[in-house]
Amino acid sequence: MIETDQLTRCYGNLTAVDALSIRVEPGQVLGLLGPNGAGKSTAMRMIAGFLVPTSGTARVCGYDVVREPLKAKRALGYLPEGAPSYGEMTVREFLQFIVRMRGFNADAGYRRFDEVIHRLQLEEVLELCIETLSKGLRRRVGLAQAILHDPPVLMLDEPTDGLDPNQKHAVRQLIDMMARERTILISTHLLEEVHALCNRVVIIARGKLMADATPAELEQRSRYHGAVSFSAPGSGMSQEMLGRLPQVAAIEVDPLDGRITVFPKPGERILEPVETLLREQGLEVSEIQLERGRLDEVFRQITTNGGTGALTGGRA
Amino acid sequence: MSPVNAVMRRELRSYFVTPVAYVFLVIFLVLAGILTFYAGDFYERGQADLQPFFVMHPWLYLILVPAITMRMWAEEAKGGTLELLLTLPLTLWQAMLGKFLAAWLFIGLALVLTFPIWITVNYLGSPDNGVILAGYLGSWLMAGSFIAIGACLSALTSSQVVAFILTAVVCVLLLLAGQPQVLDFFQGTLPRRLINGVAHLSMLRHFTAIARGVLDVRDLLYFLLSMIGWLTAGVLLLDLKRTR
Repeated sequence: MIETDQLTRCYGNLTAVDALSIRVEPGQVLGLLGPNGAGKSTAMRMIAGFLVPTSGTARVCGYDVVREPLKAKRALGYLPEGAPSYGEMTVREFLQFIVRMRGFNADAGYRRFDEVIHRLQLEEVLELCIETLSKGLRRRVGLAQAILHDPPVLMLDEPTDGLDPNQKHAVRQLIDMMARERTILISTHLLEEVHALCNRVVIIARGKLMADATPAELEQRSRYHGAVSFSAPGSGMSQEMLGRLPQVAAIEVDPLDGRITVFPKPGERILEPVETLLREQGLEVSEIQLERGRLDEVFRQITTNGGTGALTGGRA
Repeated sequence: MSPVNAVMRRELRSYFVTPVAYVFLVIFLVLAGILTFYAGDFYERGQADLQPFFVMHPWLYLILVPAITMRMWAEEAKGGTLELLLTLPLTLWQAMLGKFLAAWLFIGLALVLTFPIWITVNYLGSPDNGVILAGYLGSWLMAGSFIAIGACLSALTSSQVVAFILTAVVCVLLLLAGQPQVLDFFQGTLPRRLINGVAHLSMLRHFTAIARGVLDVRDLLYFLLSMIGWLTAGVLLLDLKRTR
């Protein structure tokens, strides 16, 4: 479990993290979202015990990170931003250093070591120097370091940053696999990751908590939630008719591919009426889609002040 | 003590996988030899002892120890591994001690490797090996103090060059503190008691006393306390960095 209470960190006049209170329970994968510089890494560094909070508290598995730092650190597996590791060491040396630091006895240490390198498929690069590895491999070494002691709480700062799609997929599978009984906090600015991994999302901007919800709840805040989009050539006439439907709030046409999006009035369901109307008009509809909502739009709305994101009609 | 051990082993290994260790050992041994035999008039003195050898040590350390210690924390701060290290379950003191011990053992190894000089002097005459042993001990203690200073100042900055220069400057000040030129400079401006205090800070004075074969508790204490003091200051600096 991770709990923070009014966690605050100032750098001079700048408040990087501003009275952040969150609570992550076992079984939850919480995605910490925010624009660059929102305070994600600073918050994580405080929870990991690297930075001391200016005020407020953070606890890992009930241990205060300032008053009982060693107990908190033992319960936590942490991948710092950029997955730093000692470049001049080989993967084997580095992970064995971590084994020793985590205080394993020889037998248990070797077992965990074997398990982790197998899980992260590091067998082939064990004898290579870390500085010669690709970015993706280094990230995997960092992950191996974080999960080596099989911690109940896992905190990963941008775990898939800079990975190719296959590597991202592998890392997500790993997190998914570990998620069941653990508390996992990941930071990211990739919205696809939220869908793929998280069952809860916290959005922060300028150090403040702006939203705390499930991905589905966030999507519902989107203007696109419940909207219907379709592609139909030569539908100029029907656009007007669609506009006259009582449930419809607005219609937009993508200037590039002519795709039409119909927005519902609040609380209305419009898929059926739209479909009926299109059928009555005898239009060839190649494909029709009910939108779940767009996280990127909600993200923009929440993290920029004026909510200008909602005004743009183009598809992202 | 396991985390101390782990940090120490990692540090020692990193000396030897990078050229640092070999460059240091070669230069230290070559310089120690040259300075002893040529600059130190080893033969011309006609005495079977290692005084000319030990006299050179402070000046060798002055250049070589900062080169070893400058990377100690500065490199970790720059490369981001400091965050990794300090989020592992160990205290700042354990991390500092591990790094310090690695460097101290390494200098110990360099001293052990000067054994041909010891063999030479035993071959040529019959020196007082007790005095020589004391000389080695004094030299090693002095190296420990230099390393502690370097460890502290490396924690101050993420620039290795700055760490090197600061360490060398502090070390030279401490070496020269007891020299007559320095004391004369303060004569008249400072009270006599304070000048005496400055004189007692001098590393050279304590080192020379031990190297002459006189093991005075005060000299040993001087080095031990200076190590503890500088390492503590380093730990406080690291801690301050986390709050700043």
